[in-house]
Amino acid sequence: MIEKLETTPKDTDMPSSSSASSAVLTTNSANEVREAPSDRNSTAQTTVVDKIKVQNLNFYYGKSRALKDISLSMPPNKVTAYIGPSGCGKSTLLRTLNRMNDVIPGTRVEGLVELDGTDIYAAGTDVVSLRRQAGMVFQKSNPFPRSIFDNVAYGIKINNMTKSKSDLADRVEKSLRAAAIWDEVKDRLNQSAFGLSGGQQQRLCIARALAVEPQVVLMDEPCSALDPIATQKIEELIVELKTKYTIIIVTHNMQQAARVSDLTAFFWLGEMIEFSNTEKMFTKPDKQMTEDYITGRFG
Amino acid sequence: MTGLTAFCAVLAVSALFLILGYILVGGLRALSFSFLVNTPKPIGEPGSGIANAIVGSVIMIAVGSVIGMPIGILAGVFLSEYGSNKFGTILRFLVDTLTGTPSIVIGVFVWTAMVHPMGYFSALAGGVSLGIMMMPIVARTTEEMIKLVPHSLREAALALGAPKWRVTLGVVLRTAAGGVATGAMLAIARIAGETAPLLFTALGLNYLSTNLFQPMASLTYQIYYYAGSPYEEWHDMAWAATLVLVAMILALNILVKILTRNRHQQI
Repeated sequence: MIEKLETTPKDTDMPSSSSASSAVLTTNSANEVREAPSDRNSTAQTTVVDKIKVQNLNFYYGKSRALKDISLSMPPNKVTAYIGPSGCGKSTLLRTLNRMNDVIPGTRVEGLVELDGTDIYAAGTDVVSLRRQAGMVFQKSNPFPRSIFDNVAYGIKINNMTKSKSDLADRVEKSLRAAAIWDEVKDRLNQSAFGLSGGQQQRLCIARALAVEPQVVLMDEPCSALDPIATQKIEELIVELKTKYTIIIVTHNMQQAARVSDLTAFFWLGEMIEFSNTEKMFTKPDKQMTEDYITGRFG
Repeated sequence: MTGLTAFCAVLAVSALFLILGYILVGGLRALSFSFLVNTPKPIGEPGSGIANAIVGSVIMIAVGSVIGMPIGILAGVFLSEYGSNKFGTILRFLVDTLTGTPSIVIGVFVWTAMVHPMGYFSALAGGVSLGIMMMPIVARTTEEMIKLVPHSLREAALALGAPKWRVTLGVVLRTAAGGVATGAMLAIARIAGETAPLLFTALGLNYLSTNLFQPMASLTYQIYYYAGSPYEEWHDMAWAATLVLVAMILALNILVKILTRNRHQQI
């Protein structure tokens, strides 16, 4: 999808550059006039096609630059995986997408991040509603010390999404079902979330994130603390969820990226080395470095 | 070396047992049910009691808690959530200084600030001085308890679109509630034994009174008053009042232990 986007402007460039003789300046400009609306069309398309667009993004922790000129676009209803060694900036990038880095003092963002064509770092952006649109699942499951029901209900209540109790219960059930955990918890909704296993807790956290009806789900190494069976359940869930949500997942596990994602971006020391279809990435990557990393020669 | 440290440890603890033993032996002489439910009688008259002092202590501790707890808890929230700057550091230092301020200084201060302008000793002034003593203790324990709340919980709530103040109150403080309550109860146990702040503020009273704008009796003041008297009978009553006070504080501490143990079992 990305390749297509990159090729469309190239295609339109072709005729104008081939007819670059000064004699046909007038036709050239006419050409440009004719192209302009189609250009606008294509940008309009990009805003529809790309759920999230990142352009020339730089991120600083104090003086150290954690992200260097990152540009990539994530299409809707796809799973995009960020891979790379620790400290390469993949989690930082993920956290810029719902402005979770705002919480960390001394950080600075430069560049453009668009969600549905809207600059999320523009002055006056409602961070609260942004975070509602872009839900997040963290590396370590972090349920609130409350009942299973209240964990899922928290976001619904906080965002005043419903006033009726039965609707609240419906929404909680729907979210728990969407996170494929309903059957395991339906008989103990009022028990503490800490009584659940690690994998169940993580799915509960996914249910909690889904309850506020996000469009994008950002996952920061959601399986790193889980055993293979729990991991498999979450991976199946991710594949299921992409029909409804745009998913971005940071992972250390390259097999996981290969299994669940449609697109993969490889990061190294704050730079994006390569971004392409997952299949291509794992079979014949463009860059030697990507291949070395994927085949385990370093990292 | 082990022998020496063990000896010192036993010595330190034996002081507690000596004190408790003395109080128990001395206190049981005058302790009876009527002692707990009667008010003081003139010397020589039987059936004297300390009901007024028990009620007075409870009332003034309650007043102190009403003043000291909310302020202390909110100050603790501020210190932990917004106190990682220079202002916070200064504030923390001042709070620690207040904790270390001798209680008699606080008593004299409240006398100057409240009792003197109002023109009379009052239970309210006593409660205020106890509240002032409580504030820094509660603030610091609250801060420590809130710091124990994992950062991941805050992030989880923020990521759901919760504004910071709701995260602080609804998630952070709520999660730390058990610890904060423990700290508050320990602070109560701490101020329950204070005499000096009450000496200059609530004074004391030989009758049962619940009027906040009058002097009021308290266990500690009663002990001070009886123990300093020349009468053997009053000395016994001072011991008995001491026993009651220590038992109350001990009960509070044990209650805290039980409650916190349950909390840990739950998690």
